[in-house]
Amino acid sequence: MQGLDFTVVAPYWDLLLIGAWWTAVLTVSAGALSFVGGILFAVIVLYAPVIVAYPVRALMWVFMGTPLLLQLFLIYFGLVQIGIDIPALAAGIVGLGLHFAVYNADIIRAGIVAVDVGQTEGARSIGFGKWQTLRHVVIPQAIRNTAPPIGGNLIALLKESSIVSVIGIAELVHSAQLAISETFRPFEFYITAAALYYILNLVLEAALRLFERHVEASR
Amino acid sequence: MSTQLPMVEVRGARKSFGAVEVLKGIDLSVDRGQIVAIIGPSGSGKSTLLRSINHLESLNSGEVWLDGVQVNQKLHGQAFERHINKVRQQMGMVFQHFNLFPHLTVLENISMGPIILKGMTRSDAHALAHSLLSKVGLADKIDAYPSRLSGGQKQRVAIARALAMQPKVMLFDEATSALDPELVDEVNAVMKQLAAEHMTMLIVTHEMRFAGEVADRVLFMDGGVVVEEGPPGDMFRAPQKERTRTFLKKYLSA
Ligand SMILES: Nc1ncnc2c1ncn2[C@@H]1O[C@H](COP(=O)(O)OP(=O)(O)OP(=O)(O)O)[C@@H](O)[C@H]1O
Ligand SMILES: [Mg+2]
Repeated sequence: MQGLDFTVVAPYWDLLLIGAWWTAVLTVSAGALSFVGGILFAVIVLYAPVIVAYPVRALMWVFMGTPLLLQLFLIYFGLVQIGIDIPALAAGIVGLGLHFAVYNADIIRAGIVAVDVGQTEGARSIGFGKWQTLRHVVIPQAIRNTAPPIGGNLIALLKESSIVSVIGIAELVHSAQLAISETFRPFEFYITAAALYYILNLVLEAALRLFERHVEASR
Repeated sequence: MSTQLPMVEVRGARKSFGAVEVLKGIDLSVDRGQIVAIIGPSGSGKSTLLRSINHLESLNSGEVWLDGVQVNQKLHGQAFERHINKVRQQMGMVFQHFNLFPHLTVLENISMGPIILKGMTRSDAHALAHSLLSKVGLADKIDAYPSRLSGGQKQRVAIARALAMQPKVMLFDEATSALDPELVDEVNAVMKQLAAEHMTMLIVTHEMRFAGEVADRVLFMDGGVVVEEGPPGDMFRAPQKERTRTFLKKYLSA
């Protein structure tokens, strides 16, 4: 049995910070993709002609009904086979982003439907077109009203992002595993990684609260 | 002198919801600067008529014209979209429940239309919003969100928002029905001011006294038809039709 000795972490601190940095990059990029993709999917499912809406629905169903791990393998290892070679980081961002976009789309779709029809009539009566009404009136309200669950998905995304270590992206868990393979001190490194996740989480939650405070101002 | 083109004209308007015919052939002509009050019992089709004029409802048959342009012309798809969006810019509509945009400030509510639809510069649109807010007595609320306003203030902002598009006609659908009684006058005062400026207006209302004060003509609807119309003096003092008399007796005694 070994005692705990966190001094073993010190030489690897840079490695862990770089890992945390890539986790942040992944979360922000995939988060942005999941947000924009969520809006896009929601609008397509609600308003696009079936010839567009149906394939998108099928895609959403696939992303919702299969494990994220499998989706990552498919994007990174599978697509190469048909000639689409995506760098690991891009594959990770696309995989995570699309996976969470599907969940966001469900939330945003419900949010759009829940916006009072008087809002649409108010905008149309001024002369706004269908798309302008969606863009300037309906979607902004749907987003505000669904900010808490979408924020929840973003926090889930931060935590789930560790899964992309399996396709070799040097994010936080990956860095910790690298350090462990050299030092054989899993406990210290996993605890340190957990602490770093916790800090990232705090930063993300603070950013979300800032947005919610902004929304509260109009309530 | 050639006869002047009406500002709003409705010819043979028919509208059904499912099997129920709500408008059964309505003819209506409103001259430039004229103010027409539409009264009638609940469910008589007043809102449907007003909403048909700016095509929030589409008629089954009949025509609607605004200043010589047919509103409900037979265009398809995108062509009709473009047409109706242009037409609606020229008609202001004020709703019973205000329909202000809650995520935008008062300033943004008012300036958004001119900026996005008319390509007005931000500073011009803000100046316009400011002058309209002064006009409706709410200059100090320019940065407030609608949720911070009383019903009467909301409705005055909604009127300013409609006026910002510099419409040729204003449509009011029971603008004061959702307000507490003590807030009705401040909205009515704004409408009277518009009347004094010769804005063409169609006003659906349950307030007979206000209709009498402001309208050039009162139109009584019942069961999807115009039963009777005339100057407010005649309509309220000496209605010709039995149905009008019954309706007015109920309202004027209340
Ligand atoms: N979208 C709709 N779908 C089905 N029926 C409708 C719809 N809108 C209105 N109606 C019906 O059409 C009739 C006329 O409605 P409308 O709102 O025009 O009456 P109104 O004269 O404005 O009444 P009120 O004074 O209560 O506002 C009513 O019977 C109403 O239930
Ligand atoms: Mg009505």
